[in-house]
Amino acid sequence: MINWLANPARFVRLSAKAVPWCGWTAAVVLAIGLFWSLFVAPPDYQQGDTVRIMYVHVPAAWMALSVYLFVAVASAVGLVWRHPLAEVAARAAAPIGAAFTFICLATGSLWGRPMWGAWWVWDARLTSVLILFFLYLGYIALVNAFDDHSRGGRAGAVLALVGVVNLPIIKFSVDWWNTLHQPASVMRVGGPRIDISMLAPLLIMALGFTLLFVVLLMLRMRTALNERRAMALRLNAGAAPAPRPGRERAVSAHTAVP
Amino acid sequence: MDEIGAFLAMGGYAGFVWSAYGVAFAVLGGLSVHSWRRYRGSMVNLDQLQKDLGRRR
Repeated sequence: MINWLANPARFVRLSAKAVPWCGWTAAVVLAIGLFWSLFVAPPDYQQGDTVRIMYVHVPAAWMALSVYLFVAVASAVGLVWRHPLAEVAARAAAPIGAAFTFICLATGSLWGRPMWGAWWVWDARLTSVLILFFLYLGYIALVNAFDDHSRGGRAGAVLALVGVVNLPIIKFSVDWWNTLHQPASVMRVGGPRIDISMLAPLLIMALGFTLLFVVLLMLRMRTALNERRAMALRLNAGAAPAPRPGRERAVSAHTAVP
Repeated sequence: MDEIGAFLAMGGYAGFVWSAYGVAFAVLGGLSVHSWRRYRGSMVNLDQLQKDLGRRR
């Protein structure tokens, strides 16, 4: 299945159909999720209406972690099997993951001020998520820092893989250290400890964020493939200045893309 | 009218709740628009390039 999908020509055909479908589904699901979060879900008996921040904050945090895992897995596939689409996918996903991490941090801060009395505290959960944000930024800066496309990709892939160690630290930070942040109440042993009236909008928003991620990922991958194809065409036509050594290699891997 | 006012006030936490939703909307909306524009741009650019090269052959 993965191998079948990992053919760039097939990916282009499939994504052309999937983007509008996923896009409209994401819009509808997010609209339902927003309506539910803002109007239907009850205020918390302790936190009042600030609990509504949860419906953005928690799905964004889940996305921040899972998109990072996606970048790391795609990087590993790209490193080991040298598959051109895997590296394209990792590069395309990183800015989306960074955006979700930023939303998680910003909404967490806006939730922390009224409930904890502080915009920010240097405790384990918050600090490890801030490190995740910097890992994303570092990855994006690194893959773009090389003139040689494939060298940049490899350097970024190594950084992404080293950064994976941060994911369990984030997940278990609330158990390993004393922190202001509450422990997990949805993804925990023994099932969710949150009422269905709040769990339902939370899961709908998470589904909407996931669909949005898929759409943006496909769009950004198509963009990268188009740009590489245009560069290859220009090089083949001799319109571009002579390529530096290494660049030819990077481009030739993608000339098979339609 | 009071109901709308009460809804907007978010139990006195309007600033925090609406800012949180606003940040999420701005970031995701901005990223979506940016991704879409770059995608369209790359499509137009590629089509133009293919047309130019086809003419030259």
